[in-house]
Amino acid sequence: MTAEVESLESFGERARTFIRGNLRPVTRREVASALRAHRTDEEELAEVARERVVQRMLFDAGLAGVCVPREYGGQGLTPAHQRVLNAELRGYEYPSRAQLPTFSPCLAVLLEFGTEEQKREHVPAILKGEELWMQFLSEPSGGSDVASALTTAVRDGDDWILNGSKIWTTGAWWSDWALCLARTNWEVPKHAGLTVFIFPIKSPGIEVQRIEMLNGSKEFCQEFMTDLRIPDRYRVGGIDAGWTVGARWMFHERMGRNSPLVTAPEGLTRSSGAGAIMCSIARAAGKLSDPRARELIGEAHSLELVGNALRRRIGQGIMTRTMSDQASAIVRLFAGMADTRRTTIAFELAGSAGGVWAEGDGDLAEWGIDYLMRQAICIGGGTTEMAMNVISERVLKMPRDVTPDRDLPFRDVPRNRTSTG
Amino acid sequence: MLLELSSDQELFRETTARFLERHANAAGLRQLRNHPGGFASDYWRRGAELGWTSLLVSEADGGAAISSSGLVDLTILAHEFGRHAAPGPLVSTNVVAGALSAAGGDKALLAGVLSGASIATWCVSEGAPHCGIGNMSTRISVEDGDLVLNGVKRPVESANQASHLLVTGRTGDGLTQVIVEATARGVSILPMQGVDLTKRFSVVRFEDVRVPAANLLGRVGEAAADAERQLQHALVIVLAEAVGAMQRAFDMTVEWAFERYSFGRPLASYQALKHRFAQMATCLQASHAIADEAARAVAEGRPDAAEIVSAAKAYVGEYGAELLQECVQLHGGIGVTFEHDLHLFLRRVTLARTLFGTPEAHRRRVADLIARKEAAS
Repeated sequence: MTAEVESLESFGERARTFIRGNLRPVTRREVASALRAHRTDEEELAEVARERVVQRMLFDAGLAGVCVPREYGGQGLTPAHQRVLNAELRGYEYPSRAQLPTFSPCLAVLLEFGTEEQKREHVPAILKGEELWMQFLSEPSGGSDVASALTTAVRDGDDWILNGSKIWTTGAWWSDWALCLARTNWEVPKHAGLTVFIFPIKSPGIEVQRIEMLNGSKEFCQEFMTDLRIPDRYRVGGIDAGWTVGARWMFHERMGRNSPLVTAPEGLTRSSGAGAIMCSIARAAGKLSDPRARELIGEAHSLELVGNALRRRIGQGIMTRTMSDQASAIVRLFAGMADTRRTTIAFELAGSAGGVWAEGDGDLAEWGIDYLMRQAICIGGGTTEMAMNVISERVLKMPRDVTPDRDLPFRDVPRNRTSTG
Repeated sequence: MLLELSSDQELFRETTARFLERHANAAGLRQLRNHPGGFASDYWRRGAELGWTSLLVSEADGGAAISSSGLVDLTILAHEFGRHAAPGPLVSTNVVAGALSAAGGDKALLAGVLSGASIATWCVSEGAPHCGIGNMSTRISVEDGDLVLNGVKRPVESANQASHLLVTGRTGDGLTQVIVEATARGVSILPMQGVDLTKRFSVVRFEDVRVPAANLLGRVGEAAADAERQLQHALVIVLAEAVGAMQRAFDMTVEWAFERYSFGRPLASYQALKHRFAQMATCLQASHAIADEAARAVAEGRPDAAEIVSAAKAYVGEYGAELLQECVQLHGGIGVTFEHDLHLFLRRVTLARTLFGTPEAHRRRVADLIARKEAAS
């Protein structure tokens, strides 16, 4: 048989049949409150378990890893097929925790830089929902400046010994594998002394602590690696060549939901149907017909429509090479600006219930908590300030900022005054 | 502006861009400052030969789209108009030509508009307190088989150059559209002042203006859908033009940031300014994206077209004007002089913000559309 590509129509039909027959529809309310910290640990683990099952069902239905080569268990299809699947998934449950960061950046990095052995071992396991991956990237000593990693790996025969700490790892306590950036050489400038490793999170030598956010959520973790011993076959890319991998890693992280490797319902985000959600708040506040409220509702919804259009435009630009990969920072910056504005609008529509609410306040309740967490969208996954650097320096080609650490041996680079790392 | 143009579309864009560079350059625009019409009739006729008036007209009526959608083609043209702050009634002639073609209106008039020999314009907006979208007080009543118009429309583009007016007015609970000769008895046209250097607008007053039923476009009281489509066409053109002007101003400002040195460094090397440029670049790309999306939605007649086109006007209207003000700020003193070209684009974007509904009005319209959808579901 020749390598005939399944038509989009046939693929869509197959996806539709599977989704309608097997997956649970979700309500708009569930989407709106997806980021709120209401789950107990047991509920969280139950959801993780369900998502692993759903990922396995997708795999068995020939719908997992749409753009992953067939030799690694994927479907070997195109981004257009992935978009069809995403469109069909709209309004249904999907294995969200199995997607980010497992498929992008982790799986994407493995496909680009992993050894044949690593790919054969991990890619099919990821597609089947057996391995959930996390990024061991940020460190307590510095968030945006990831190339200044202090976590150190020292060669010991055929093994490496890792010591250090990573932070802001979502759900590390229920995850399986880590993609980790570590320093292997302190005598060269920072970008030239890094190496990328993979290892199981539940290893002796790794302690996972959960971080309580100000809204009560405990989804983020900090990990402490103490004399963690891993074999050299867990290395991804060359020794001290970690930034070659790292640069692509960052790119895949910025692609996030837009990556053709990621399965996520089209349009179904936390802010999906912003207009409808804002309407429900205004209605509960008894001011749905107030012209000022109407204006805010229209603004929130418009920002969402603009964001969707922008994501498509930049995605198309990158795919057709009319824009550089770095243009993905534009989508990231817009998301930060628009999402904070929408959060403020919801808070404003809730009126005095934004600060204090009672049981039975329904759609008025808890927007104040979202407001307290408003800036999280501008911090996580690379701050908006970093995005602005990328856009100005890499897209607009403006002169790079002075970086005194660029050419110094990393050992001599000035570090935080207080010892946090 | 579309990310990818077909070779035919690119040729069309280039031809118009070359023409505008020669006939609508910055020096030429300044000379038109006190021109009563804002453009020379010869300029408009030659533009019409390049296809400026034919894109919303069916082939049977002598129109010619370049791609499968004349409206999308028209955004390419409007974008170039914005990039050059070009003179000429692009919005009004195209909207009226499209309306005449769609409703089977006066063929001779349509041919005149197509050739650029005649100007026809659309009288739709009204002044306060009727300046909301679709909120109009002009009445068109039926008397002895004739149509009688009473009301005041403003601002009306190029009314002082127009031979014919397409008037949208209220008949009972519905809307009616008629063609009125600009010289008809009871029509008075009073020029207005405005921010743009070459765009001219007027107050058009209708006092017991009587026209024969043959001048009707569509049916009495049943023109709401047609008027909505015309409004969407107008918005798509205004948006593309505004984005073109934003792009040009942004390009000028980026270039300036590389050339201008202070304290021994180019402006483009200051992080505080680079971050502002990053925000501007993001706003600009977002404006391109939503303006193009609006054009596609309207061209395809999608059910969410009204929502998207209003979201686009709300966003581009507000942030486009802010982007231009940032460009001025980053230029410093030279940015507020008449000598510098930046104001040509500031004027065009500022005007665009106010035409066919302010951002505020469109945000409300988006909310109305959602509330209606919510109530229906």
